Amino acid sequence: MIRPLIALALTLLLAMPASANPALEAVIADNLDQIEKPSRRTVEPLVAQIAATGPEGLALLQAWSGRALGVTDDGRLLIVDGDTATDAVTGAAVTDAEPKMLRPNSGVRGVIESALVAGEISSPDPARRAAALASIARDGTAEHLAALRAAPAEPDPILARQRQRVTNLLAIRFDAEPAARVAAIERMAGDVGLDFRAALNPLLATSRIAAPAEPDANIARELSIGADDFPRDAAIALLTSQGVLQPRLTPADQRNALAANVTGGTVGGIPVADLFDPAARDRAYEALEASGAVPPAATEAEADAALESHRFFEVYAEPNPDVTDAARAAQTRAQVRLAAMTGIDLGLDALSLASIYFLAAIGLAVTFGVMRVINMAHGEFIMMGAYTGYVVQTLIANRTLSLVVALPLAFAVTFGAGVVLYRLVIRHLAHRPLETLLATFGVSIALQQLAKNIFGTQARPLTAPAWLEGAVTINDVISISSIRVAIFVLALLFLGLFLFIMKRTRLGLEVRAVTQNPGMAASMGINPDRIAMMTFGLGSGIAGIAGVAIGLFAQVTSELGQQYIVQSFMTVVVGGVGNIWGTLAGAALIGGLSKVIEFLNPANTLAAQTFMILFIIIFIQFRPRGIIPQRGRAAEA
Amino acid sequence: MKRLSAMLMLTSAMTLATGAMAQEGEPIRIGVLHSLSGTMAISETTLKDTVLMMVEQQNAKGGLLGRPLEAVVVDPASDWPLFAEKARELLTVSEVDAIFGCWTSVSRKSVLPVIEELNGLLFYPVQYEGEESSRNVIYTGAAPNQQAIPAVDYMMEELGVEKWALLGTDYVYPRTTNNILDAYLKQKGVAEGDIFVNYTPFGHSDWSKIVADVVALGADGKKVGVVSTINGDANVGFYKELAAAGVSADDIPVMAFSVGEEELAGLDTTNLVGHLAAWNYFQTADTPENAAFIEEWHKFIGDDKRVTNDPMEATMIGFNAWVAAVEKAGTTDVDPVLEAIVGVEVPNLTGGTATVLPNHHLTKPVLIGEIREDGQFDIVSQTEPVEGDAWTDFLPESAKLAADWPGKDCGMFNQETNTCVQAQSNY
Amino acid sequence: MTEKLTRQPFILRNPQVLVVLAVLAVFTVAVTLLSQAYGSGVIPTSTVKVLGKTLCLALAAVAMDLVWGYLGILSLGQMAFFALGGYLIGQWLMYARTESIVAASLAQNPIPPTPAELQEGVANQIFGVVGSADLPLVWSFAHSLPIQLLLVLAVPGLLALVFGWLAFRSRVNGVYLSILTQAMTLALALWLFQNDSGFRGNNGLSGLQNIPGLDGIDQATLSVWFLWASALALALAYVLAAWLVSGKFGSVVRAIRDDETRVRFLGYPVEGFKLVVFTLAAMITAVAGALYYPQAGIINPAELMPIASIYLAVWVAIGGRGRLYGAIIGAVVVSLLSSWFTGGRAPSIHLPGYVVNWVDWWQVALGLSFVLVTLFAPKGIAGIFDRLGGILPPQRHGRDLGPDQGALQEQEAKA
Repeated sequence: MIRPLIALALTLLLAMPASANPALEAVIADNLDQIEKPSRRTVEPLVAQIAATGPEGLALLQAWSGRALGVTDDGRLLIVDGDTATDAVTGAAVTDAEPKMLRPNSGVRGVIESALVAGEISSPDPARRAAALASIARDGTAEHLAALRAAPAEPDPILARQRQRVTNLLAIRFDAEPAARVAAIERMAGDVGLDFRAALNPLLATSRIAAPAEPDANIARELSIGADDFPRDAAIALLTSQGVLQPRLTPADQRNALAANVTGGTVGGIPVADLFDPAARDRAYEALEASGAVPPAATEAEADAALESHRFFEVYAEPNPDVTDAARAAQTRAQVRLAAMTGIDLGLDALSLASIYFLAAIGLAVTFGVMRVINMAHGEFIMMGAYTGYVVQTLIANRTLSLVVALPLAFAVTFGAGVVLYRLVIRHLAHRPLETLLATFGVSIALQQLAKNIFGTQARPLTAPAWLEGAVTINDVISISSIRVAIFVLALLFLGLFLFIMKRTRLGLEVRAVTQNPGMAASMGINPDRIAMMTFGLGSGIAGIAGVAIGLFAQVTSELGQQYIVQSFMTVVVGGVGNIWGTLAGAALIGGLSKVIEFLNPANTLAAQTFMILFIIIFIQFRPRGIIPQRGRAAEA
Repeated sequence: MKRLSAMLMLTSAMTLATGAMAQEGEPIRIGVLHSLSGTMAISETTLKDTVLMMVEQQNAKGGLLGRPLEAVVVDPASDWPLFAEKARELLTVSEVDAIFGCWTSVSRKSVLPVIEELNGLLFYPVQYEGEESSRNVIYTGAAPNQQAIPAVDYMMEELGVEKWALLGTDYVYPRTTNNILDAYLKQKGVAEGDIFVNYTPFGHSDWSKIVADVVALGADGKKVGVVSTINGDANVGFYKELAAAGVSADDIPVMAFSVGEEELAGLDTTNLVGHLAAWNYFQTADTPENAAFIEEWHKFIGDDKRVTNDPMEATMIGFNAWVAAVEKAGTTDVDPVLEAIVGVEVPNLTGGTATVLPNHHLTKPVLIGEIREDGQFDIVSQTEPVEGDAWTDFLPESAKLAADWPGKDCGMFNQETNTCVQAQSNY
Repeated sequence: MTEKLTRQPFILRNPQVLVVLAVLAVFTVAVTLLSQAYGSGVIPTSTVKVLGKTLCLALAAVAMDLVWGYLGILSLGQMAFFALGGYLIGQWLMYARTESIVAASLAQNPIPPTPAELQEGVANQIFGVVGSADLPLVWSFAHSLPIQLLLVLAVPGLLALVFGWLAFRSRVNGVYLSILTQAMTLALALWLFQNDSGFRGNNGLSGLQNIPGLDGIDQATLSVWFLWASALALALAYVLAAWLVSGKFGSVVRAIRDDETRVRFLGYPVEGFKLVVFTLAAMITAVAGALYYPQAGIINPAELMPIASIYLAVWVAIGGRGRLYGAIIGAVVVSLLSSWFTGGRAPSIHLPGYVVNWVDWWQVALGLSFVLVTLFAPKGIAGIFDRLGGILPPQRHGRDLGPDQGALQEQEAKA
């Protein structure tokens, strides 16, 4: 009894590989070419076919979209998982094959995932349900709508809300009942989400037509010729494109027509040599018209007549007026909120830029306030800080820890560099600000080249820890990357620290004294040299911190400092020197203005920068000492 | 197996090297005109090293025409007028027979008049905007129809992109490429309002607003795709901001024309996975030639982590084409070499051959790669070799132009009027 | 009247002018005799071009010295005028050359072109490469050489006048003014970088070495001609500058440098003096640029990035401020050294364990040498000549030069 059973089992086992899923095997054999080189446009039926063959087919699709599918030389498909491989059809383990891995592009993967998704909506695993919803939200179809509606209730409240939203959005687009669509629109009215707007806008898309009488379509409005958005030329172009009017004669057409009718050195009786004159060309063309050699061109009178006899309409592509009315109402409601939110988002961007400028400029402002010198190598201190961050990150793998180490280390390194620069160069050039400017410029180009020699010219990676990745997102409009928020916090921190040092410590007192009157301060027993050195070190140290911060969201190269140095100068000059609030005001003004100009001129960021600088040059005319000018004796120098 | 063959090659190279000791004759000099300092040094230094590697290999094979090769390296320091000055110096003082050099279009335009005046020979190894064909230049990089057009086709066909953001650095390559793409997309039925164009300065780092603008394009309910001609370092900030905004390649795919293995080396690529690049070569190309090339490169540069990239392949093809042409002509004089070089076929690294065309461009396969976590590319599409077209068919003014040096001795031939617009190139 | 008769002639009071002119003449003749076009050919054409360009840089440095060494304004935007001069002459060079090409091409058509077609063809040829086909408004006069030559003087002059008037009027000076001039050149550079500005953006104007109407003349000859022109311009500008700073005008200008407020209290229109010198220097610089770029062959906005102007200041500093010949020495020595060291010809230094490759280390050396010069040799190279010739700066020891802070210190005035 047992023996035949074993025999049966053995036969089954042996038979299994050959006929585990003959349908799948057939599909693969027929479509191997397409599986190897799939195209998004054509792969959909194939995917449906494979999915229909059962669980093996689904597993194959999963592997295919996950780039875990390989093909052997003899045309078998293997699902590869690390070092092990199984035959996609039989499920048998394969050891000796060297499959060529298939790399379907993301379009094809989208199609495959979309085919798999319907089954996933009701998967017991919440993560897979979430992924399925996200996939539908990205690329939903009418079938998905049906599947969503048919799916059992969602237990997870967050996912339930998300599903409700996706269902609504799909209903707006695909529901057969206009009333249901209107209801879906009304449920979501006032929402500023990108997906909702993405569902509304196609409904409100219009096209322009010209017709003798009112057409039978969902008309958005009638256009009147001569209105701002519909000049006469546009009307004529519309009529021409509809074939009502003949196109007008362009100079090139005229020239070609004339060239085609040269006879014996003349065209229409006018010598070819005279045809450099446009008037002569017109006469020649008229002569040709009269003789019938060329077709007559469209005249003004014809155009006027055509304009007279036609009316112009904007019509919706969506045929149902109820839907378009509801969509328009919903859009209007969203518009005001949207504008406000765009404003807030712009404000956040500006705040972020301002805090970066503030961090970059604060050190410059301090040294300028105390010593009246501009440190041209300030940008290179920023760069040094960024490279310090990079070096620390290569030594310490943990990104959070490396950042924690890098920030004080960058401060220490650049503090040291600042002190060295002060002792070796700046001290000897005291009270010669223009020469200091030049000497520090020498230091700047030497440091820049040195960085190139040490780190190479290639940009180096400085990566934020995972908790700083991503963005703080309020909604689809207002969002700011976490790293920028962190930089803002850092700037606030330094503002506080700086105020504390200046107002509450002895060093700050002495710095203020030296800033106001170095001679008097010295006679009170303050060592101005030491104070200058300390402030210089402090200013440089903050530059180093700024370097780490900038490196986290931009690129670390030897030219990093150069990018910020001119803006830092501007910040100091606009804000006024010797006062941290001035620097803050300068940074806020420059950051805010840059973003506003960028907003007004979105296609050209370069123009924004030009206007920015022009503005500063003009601003200086009215406030030559900056927004918050220095008062007292120091101001007279 | 690969390692074995590489070792075999190594030993044979070493035997040849000893043989090369016996080379006689005046060395053949070639010029290397790549910036070793300044902003472009980032990219160009690698190409200088590639040429030096090729020269070393050629000398190991016994030189050229029985004479050793000598590379004269100069540094134009990313300073465009200096390119012209150094080119003149190379041609008149060092008397080189060929120059390998230039990266940016503006440096090429700076060198062009000098090369044409002194009848030099320049091999230009970078993908560029087209609209040019000089008698004295062999363009071994991609013309727009070998990179931009197929890449956009891919996005349209395979990714279903309907709304386009053309982002670029403000200089001639992005400007012209975007003009061509704009015309091409409109021809394909894309509406004016569905094309968003933005230009940023070199090294731009504040991308928050622009990324937000791109994301907002999706409000139309159309699939948005980005075509990026952003140059060099600025890409780092752009991709970081994109990742921070949570934009994945599935939402908004970015197709880059100037981002290769070298640029990705400066980035954490985990968040970029799935974004795309179009080139004629990727380091991941699975061919024995490529494996050997990478191995030699690592040995030459002494660093196993250094990547290879498309302009390096183009430099290599250019060098080999020149060697083949010199051998065919039996001399290094420019005129016979130019005559011989059209039609020369040299193997490329992606498993095909590159043919030098009468318009001084090459045939190249177009590869599309998706960025992987390790900073390399998964090749998701590879076409048959495409013939480089000097004058694009998608701009009305240049559609009627063609370049044919052996046939018409003209790089700007008006096919409507059958006349040569100008013999020199347009600089 | 008698006073004027007893005064020595200008040249005798300034023997250095004669020396400079003589050296310049000898140099020009020597280069001509060694050039490929007119002599033995020892000096290749590329070197003649380098020397010609160096003379133009020296000319710009003389103007810089007027502004900085004599007037005390450290202008970090001087190269804006230089590049403007180049752009304005470049417009004509490019337009005229393209026009001849387009005219020849259109002449092959069966029908002669209209002026509009010709202009369209030119515009397409020039701007096609940056994706446009219309001739921008700023090119309205590009067809006319005399007008563009006039503009070479007028546009930078006007820019300097307006900028100077705005800045001097609101009493912006010292480091502030330096930063502001830097902002000016940066704004101009960024504007030119845009394609929409009508100057071909980053591509700039190229092919400038081919002079329209002189097609038959080879570059070897042209390069010598340009060398002559540059030498002549330098000589004229030097004499003009030396004459300007030697007289009463010069005294007032130097006084403004040393203490602006006192000069104002003495009743001199300080702003007027500053404006005259600043504008004149801008015009001289523009002429230098107009001579430089046809030799360089290409101009693009990178030429007027702030760094270029800072280099100009550094040349003057190294050469020696407040001495016109110092500016020339600085510009010539540093720019030639730079080109030699970055040319890849300078021999590498083999240290144990490291090879100092000059291409990599030249910038570091140059940067450190600025520091050393400012620290230890504030008079620059010309300081050596001062000692040799016994020319000493005026004795001002012990006299207070002004407030104890700011740009007007004794050391700086003396240096």
